[in-house]
Amino acid sequence: MPQFAGGGSGIAQRTMEILLASLMAAIAGLAIREGLRLGNGWAFDGPEAGYFLFWIGLLLLVASTVNLLRALARPADGRLFASWPRLLLVAQVLIPAALYGAAIFLVGIYAASAALVLWFMRGLGGFSLRQAVPVAAALVLTAFLLFEVWFLVPLPKGPVEHALGF
Amino acid sequence: MLSTCRRLLAGCTMVLTAGAFAASAVAWQPSKPVQLYVPAGTGGGADQMARAIQGIVAKHNLMSQPIVVQNKGGGAGAEAFLEVKEKKGDAHLLLITLSSLFTTPLATGVPFRWTDITPVKMLALDEFVLWVNSESPWQSVADFVAAAKGQKLRMGGTGSRQEDHIITVALGKAIGTQFTYVPYKGGGEVAVQLVGRHVDTTVNNPIEAVSHWKAGKVRPLCVFDSQPMPYPDAIVDGKAWSDIPTCKSQGLDVEYLMLRGIFMPAGVGDETVRFYVDLLDKVRATPEWKELMAQGAFNQTALDGPEFRAWLEREEERHRKLMAEAGFLAK
Amino acid sequence: MSELVALLHGFTIALEPTNLALMVAGIVLGVLIGVLPGLGGANGVAILLPLTFTLEPVSAIILLSCIYWGALFGGAITSILFNIPGEPWSVATTFDGYPMAQQGRAAEALTAAFTSSFIGAFVAILLVTFVSPLVAGFALRFGPAEFFAVMFLAFASFIGFSSGSPFKTMASMMLGFLLAGVGLDTVTGQLRGTFGSTELMRGFHFLVVVIGLFGISEILQSIEEGLAFRGREGRIDLRAVLRTWGEMLRHRAIVLRSALIGCWMGITPAGATPASFMSYGVARRLSHHGAEFGRGRIEGVIAPETAAHAAGTSALLPMLTLGIPGSPTAAVLLGGLIMWGLQPGPMLFVEQKDFVWGLIASMYLGNVVGLAIVLTAVPWFAAILRIPFPIIAAIVLVVCAIGAYTVNNAAFDIVLMLIFGVLGYMMKKLDYPLAPLVLALVLGDRTEQSFRQALLLSEGSFSIFFSNALVSSIMVLGLVLLLWPLFARLRGGERARASA
Repeated sequence: MPQFAGGGSGIAQRTMEILLASLMAAIAGLAIREGLRLGNGWAFDGPEAGYFLFWIGLLLLVASTVNLLRALARPADGRLFASWPRLLLVAQVLIPAALYGAAIFLVGIYAASAALVLWFMRGLGGFSLRQAVPVAAALVLTAFLLFEVWFLVPLPKGPVEHALGF
Repeated sequence: MLSTCRRLLAGCTMVLTAGAFAASAVAWQPSKPVQLYVPAGTGGGADQMARAIQGIVAKHNLMSQPIVVQNKGGGAGAEAFLEVKEKKGDAHLLLITLSSLFTTPLATGVPFRWTDITPVKMLALDEFVLWVNSESPWQSVADFVAAAKGQKLRMGGTGSRQEDHIITVALGKAIGTQFTYVPYKGGGEVAVQLVGRHVDTTVNNPIEAVSHWKAGKVRPLCVFDSQPMPYPDAIVDGKAWSDIPTCKSQGLDVEYLMLRGIFMPAGVGDETVRFYVDLLDKVRATPEWKELMAQGAFNQTALDGPEFRAWLEREEERHRKLMAEAGFLAK
Repeated sequence: MSELVALLHGFTIALEPTNLALMVAGIVLGVLIGVLPGLGGANGVAILLPLTFTLEPVSAIILLSCIYWGALFGGAITSILFNIPGEPWSVATTFDGYPMAQQGRAAEALTAAFTSSFIGAFVAILLVTFVSPLVAGFALRFGPAEFFAVMFLAFASFIGFSSGSPFKTMASMMLGFLLAGVGLDTVTGQLRGTFGSTELMRGFHFLVVVIGLFGISEILQSIEEGLAFRGREGRIDLRAVLRTWGEMLRHRAIVLRSALIGCWMGITPAGATPASFMSYGVARRLSHHGAEFGRGRIEGVIAPETAAHAAGTSALLPMLTLGIPGSPTAAVLLGGLIMWGLQPGPMLFVEQKDFVWGLIASMYLGNVVGLAIVLTAVPWFAAILRIPFPIIAAIVLVVCAIGAYTVNNAAFDIVLMLIFGVLGYMMKKLDYPLAPLVLALVLGDRTEQSFRQALLLSEGSFSIFFSNALVSSIMVLGLVLLLWPLFARLRGGERARASA
């Protein structure tokens, strides 16, 4: 995996190391607080509900603090986590995926999935609509028959499906 | 269909039109698949009953639409309860309940009461039996009580601050002693722990322990009901469910039954509720259902309407009292 | 040899045309739902359970158990092709299976996985057939302390996996434990780490986390590297099957050892998940190429698959004889038995001979039929990788979303899956190992639970973990495995000095 590729500017490896370590330290903090709330002691018949939460939180705090300090101690050596052009590529997948997740709550999984396939094929793959529409339709129809009709597993649905009586 | 009626009866009087409306209202029918929520994971008692209902309805063609079972077991059922509470007026949603209907809100403090949803029908009540290992010297409740007073017996049960745990505390109070309660995830596991003698006693449901009873591994001492169970067919050595005495008759004044009932969201029409009551009555009349009841030695009390509500009212109060005494209420 | 007579009788039942047809249908259906994460195993069987109401019990169990075998086979497909394990016991298969697929060896990895599954299951069925009365009682000896010991053993045989920063490994594992702890605490009935949110009450289901960490992050990484799914030109002829068999023959010791680990874990009944991790860990420890594990060693596919399926199959033994399910799927099958009017437990072998031996015979036939079906389909599965990236990425995303949803019927889990996808992408790029996180997440809950149950039983005394020969020997074995890397390093050091 080329670590230095791109050459130009981007997000530094060090920045991301610091970010992730801080995030884990924050999670550890939450766990420790929750452990204290539930009781982190050792009752006569074994640990209380928050015992493991507390100590595991503490271990995570130690580990992520070390990771954080190591990242901070490392000089800014220009190593990149990923260059901007590459991050742009990732964003092309990630942003539609996030929108997809949000759309499921509004229009249901079927419509959202069709839109996602269309976007991926048209936007990323450069397929024509005449190629993309049948694929999207086939996927949605297969999923609908498989889950909704045969296996009787209801998936999230939106106004379109409700109008059709499902 | 309704519009055709009206077109045909265009010349009819108002009275007749009103009559047609009433008739069509009584015949409420589901227009899409009916979801049945299980407030527990796959494989447990509530799940089995839900899937049995689904299978019976499909096999006997009792409804034009299929029943779809969905497990929502998060937070000891809290997730399912809160979701049904939110879906006011949804006529295509049912919920099968167990004692967690009362215990989960009381123990965890989630904002839910049974009055937030519509009770449809009580299907049956699940019995609890006091079991010991058949190699133990305790032949009767009296032996057991004597032993429990002398030492701290280990009681295995399903979950914490739930039905098994509540019975254990009540039992301890009735005897005047304490048990070491060890919670497990499922009733089947608990029964095996008793056979393997990792615990001294359990309060398993009949269906969870019957097989080990048949194999001569465990011994029932008494049932936590007001009357013996009405199943006279011999299970092992000529002993039947009906031969197990009630705990009360043996001097242990503890009674506990677990609700197996069906609920709906609030705000659904009376005719909808009536449709499902009717449907469940048909389910209860099938041979498959009777087989299931006999297998699990269920108490077949089935209530609906005001009697069911009154029962729920009483039971909730009782749970609150029992759980307050045991210190199980959410702080 | 009364078993042989009974078994022959079983075969006459299983070979009835209806039952044979149901068997094939079950396998195909099973592979299908096994490929869809979230529907595999327990969920899939539960969904199809009511359909069996109209069938004879023996036909019903044949259909359902064949769905189960099919789903077991199917689970390996997504693990190898897309790094998405559909079941907890397929996680270890991704470690080497996915790299193999990336190197263009998808057909080889799939063949190895299917064949190992078959052998593992076959050894387990032999065990079920001939020694079931002997081993049935073994599970009874497993109380909480013994369970904890087995979990400890699973961790011990797996730890020391990564060669990266020990603090990153530790952070990863602790994060896994924390995630496992969210939700309802079985022992006290309290809600933990939910911070008042209804969505967090159901906890972090392993599948939701793993689909995100492994599957979604892989899509992100692929697009970033502009490579799409690598190794697309997998050789896809049936000769690959024969070649792989030849190679597997050389690893027969691993196959046998893994099958034994699996059977033991299935009977105890600790289940397939710890079995797969344990078997992978042991294979890596004992291999001369231990350092190359995780980069596409075929042993890394053989070991976990054999063990998982040996365990999954022998888990049916405690279910039938004792009424305790060794896996979530077995729990659903157990419910099925009750619905068909059969009472699982010690009397089943006595009272329902036709049923039990029909089932056992169908295990033999079902696995043979299953292997034949999936092996002939290997080229097709491998060819999936030749579909252009934009199409396959979109479909994988949709299938993952459906999978994440169906686990708990919760749309919020789809959001979680995407969040874990980003987290997995960051962790991979920053060299945090993911395996410890998943191991801790999958086993953490049960480990804590059995630890606390044991201490409740002993009223707080640690002596319970050494209270009898069984639990002591497992604990000691675990301690030895835990300290093994130290010994190995010392020995390796000496050897290096000697050769210098």
